[in-house]
Amino acid sequence: MNDRGTTAAGGRGWVGDPVPRLDGPLKVRGEAPFAAEFAYDGLVHAALVHSTIPKGRVTALDTAAAEAAPGVVLVMTHHNAPRMRPMPLSGTSEKAGGPDDLPVMQDDRVRWNGQTIAVVLAETPEQADHAASLVGAEYDAEPSTTSLARAKADGTHTAVLFGHELHVEVGDAEAALAAADVAVDATYRTPYQNHNALEPHALTVVWHGDDLVVHDASQVVVHTAWTLAHMFGIEEERVHVTAPYVGGHFGGKGVWSHQPLAVAAAKLAGRPVRLALSRKSVYRLVGGRSLTEQRVAIGASADGRFEALIHTGTSAHTRNDALVEAFPFTSRSAYATRTLLIDCQGAYQDMLTPSTMRAPGEAVGSFALESAVDEVAVALGLDPVELRIRNEPAVDPTSGRPFSSRHVVEAWRAGAERFGWAKRNPVPGAVREGEWLVGTGCAAASHLYVRQPGGRARLTLTADGAATVEIAAHDAGMGTATAQTQVAAESLALPPDRVTIRFADSTLPGLVAALGSSQTVTVAATVLAARRALVAELLTLVGTGSPLAGLTPDEVGPHDAGLARLGDPGRHESYASILAAAGRADVVVEASAPPPTEMAEWSMHSYGAMFCEVRVSAVTGEARVSRFLGSLDCGRVVNPTTAGGQFRGGIIMGMGLALTEQTLVDERNGRIMNPGLGEYHIPVHLDVPEIDVIWTGVPDPRSPLGARGIGELTITGTGAAIANAIHNATGKRVRELPITPDKLL
Amino acid sequence: MAGENPSIRINGTAVDPPDDPRTSLLDLLRERLGLHGTKKGCDQGACGACTVLVDGARVVSCLLLAAQCAGREVVTVEGLAQGDEPHPLQRAFVEHDGLQCGYCTPGQICSAVGMAAEVRRGVPSSVTRDLSADRVDLTHDELRERMSGNLCRCGAHNGIVAAVAATYAGGRA
Repeated sequence: MNDRGTTAAGGRGWVGDPVPRLDGPLKVRGEAPFAAEFAYDGLVHAALVHSTIPKGRVTALDTAAAEAAPGVVLVMTHHNAPRMRPMPLSGTSEKAGGPDDLPVMQDDRVRWNGQTIAVVLAETPEQADHAASLVGAEYDAEPSTTSLARAKADGTHTAVLFGHELHVEVGDAEAALAAADVAVDATYRTPYQNHNALEPHALTVVWHGDDLVVHDASQVVVHTAWTLAHMFGIEEERVHVTAPYVGGHFGGKGVWSHQPLAVAAAKLAGRPVRLALSRKSVYRLVGGRSLTEQRVAIGASADGRFEALIHTGTSAHTRNDALVEAFPFTSRSAYATRTLLIDCQGAYQDMLTPSTMRAPGEAVGSFALESAVDEVAVALGLDPVELRIRNEPAVDPTSGRPFSSRHVVEAWRAGAERFGWAKRNPVPGAVREGEWLVGTGCAAASHLYVRQPGGRARLTLTADGAATVEIAAHDAGMGTATAQTQVAAESLALPPDRVTIRFADSTLPGLVAALGSSQTVTVAATVLAARRALVAELLTLVGTGSPLAGLTPDEVGPHDAGLARLGDPGRHESYASILAAAGRADVVVEASAPPPTEMAEWSMHSYGAMFCEVRVSAVTGEARVSRFLGSLDCGRVVNPTTAGGQFRGGIIMGMGLALTEQTLVDERNGRIMNPGLGEYHIPVHLDVPEIDVIWTGVPDPRSPLGARGIGELTITGTGAAIANAIHNATGKRVRELPITPDKLL
Repeated sequence: MAGENPSIRINGTAVDPPDDPRTSLLDLLRERLGLHGTKKGCDQGACGACTVLVDGARVVSCLLLAAQCAGREVVTVEGLAQGDEPHPLQRAFVEHDGLQCGYCTPGQICSAVGMAAEVRRGVPSSVTRDLSADRVDLTHDELRERMSGNLCRCGAHNGIVAAVAATYAGGRA
């Protein structure tokens, strides 16, 4: 199946139909309001001053010139900032959203290069920006650790993921590697990266007495509300966070220091505040993907069976967070191997807390693993598709659990057929067209299935037979609202234009973060639970003369804008009729999704087979992706149009990961040197070919709707597919991202 | 100062240039006039999200001082539709799913309008093979090269290019 020429699943706008995204017409007119676009009388604009040392104390702050500048309302520093509790570290309680446990502008300490040391409020953005440039600072710098080499020398620690140390041993992998017929053993490096959502982080804040309203660019509205309430010592119910439209997040729009700073400044000024971070401030204040240094070693028998798989290495983070870029995670479930060693070490640096960026761990871990698999294929003279199929595991290699649904071999076969893989010349450097060396490569994609436990929704059915689902989930362009409208319409047997989804508001039910490609199944399971509750409630309302009289909830289901006896659609009464007969204006139910026990019982992932053709200039070393195919196995696809957008988006971000993206950090002082879109290169139109995506469409019997996650899947595998294609084109094996021209000359 | 300079016409309405000469056209639109359709993605001319049309030519409004627009005609994404009737590009972006988050979208659309005018005038690009030709065919490469100043992070590139190509079909803008 694919998203081009897809036959409608029924044409009713239900699950499986390529429904155009519902917010499209609003967005193309520029009428969708983003966080920095809410107007309030008396609103003032904030600009930030950032530290220029990585560690130490601010010994003097000269704010006099800034305070005297035209239009300035106030300058907030640690001397006058309202008291706040430190950030509540994510994971320490259900709704804690802090990326770390640091205080925000409460003392003279500098903890990373770029930390905010002053907030300037002024009547206009120009006045605020100018005044911020007038703030002077003196520092007492302290010795700091700002390189991975130095951090490693200070000692490392085993990373913890989902409450467990990320260390797995099956058999003696080192011994098996040494004894294997063929072995590859190499170090792979991936750089710091930044999300670079096109919308810079922004929020508009207004206090009404002790009530706080925040319009935020957020993927965690409830976590943000609770976190701000906690920090400012007010009741959670008094904080209202909304994020109706978000200009992309990719894992980066959680809680960071700028939100409490804006809230504090608004409190201090007694006026509404807008803080729209400059692109540079986003780099200084919002962590990106941390760098990794990975060892992957694979030992194989002469017929290509894996005897040993070793995936170890180190990534940098801070003493105040709990997140390590968990790159070897991807190797836990990928291949049947007789022995396995996985280990992920963290090393402490004095740096901005890193964060989750699209497919944390798996995006960069799959680059190393899938490059190494290609190296094995080359060493054995085996086709890399065939090698992967030969090592297809029957059950999860580390947990021993069965796979819920794994049809990646089908995806490999279908992808190879569509891509024309059989015509490939396996000899590196053998195909040349003028200055261009042409090569093809492939790699496996995989992404862990997650369903969150916090799904809860309110479902309102009104007398006119329309339904509204309210849940604090998020849509930053993924298509959540569109897809869930389809889910709700199908599960209530309504046309989609009779269904409204209200979301991205912290006052709504549910605790659903837009993380882990988990919203689709999390919200769908909740909608299905609410549907069950609604059916039960409606049956208590039907009169004795109703065709439904006397039936139990197990005997009826939604049918044709009402309820009908299962298997007997003639015994039907419409929602409007049921409510009218009962004299009700509406029926409101709230329900929670059942706990996600499937995650513990099964090994669940989305899978993919990625195929790529590159052209590398023999003159300049420039690599260009000329063809790309993602052949995916990700369960049932709710909306082929919006899913196609997610698939292509992941592949394109993977192209950036492979070829151009790198946040450059000065290892002497921890300063980010390229904090802007002019120097951090993401793929542009001319870099992006027509991307082909197909999928198996096999529903997962263990997940709600049969769906699995799709938002992060395709950034995994893509980097390696490109690197492997470059090897096929040039004979050069580049093990350090990004693969810039200098590495190919 | 208002009144000393000729006004700026924005989507057909006369607007006084701002008192503060530092004000960019982008900030004039967003912060003074409440025209939020034009987006700020970098404020450095690197992303194209703030693209508008000034006297028919596409410009990044973050790098243009509002004062420089006195006497000129500015069209933003809010000014493209004819009443309730969307511009053909706006319709095509929805039809071809040329967007996800929607933040780069107004800039992409305004840029495409300006791009098409450049092609009509025969302005070459860095991928134009015959620089002496008096007409330019809007090939896939020409279109992508000419739209490369408008970044998209969600990865809607294929849909954007399809929408622009469909609007200016026949290979000519």
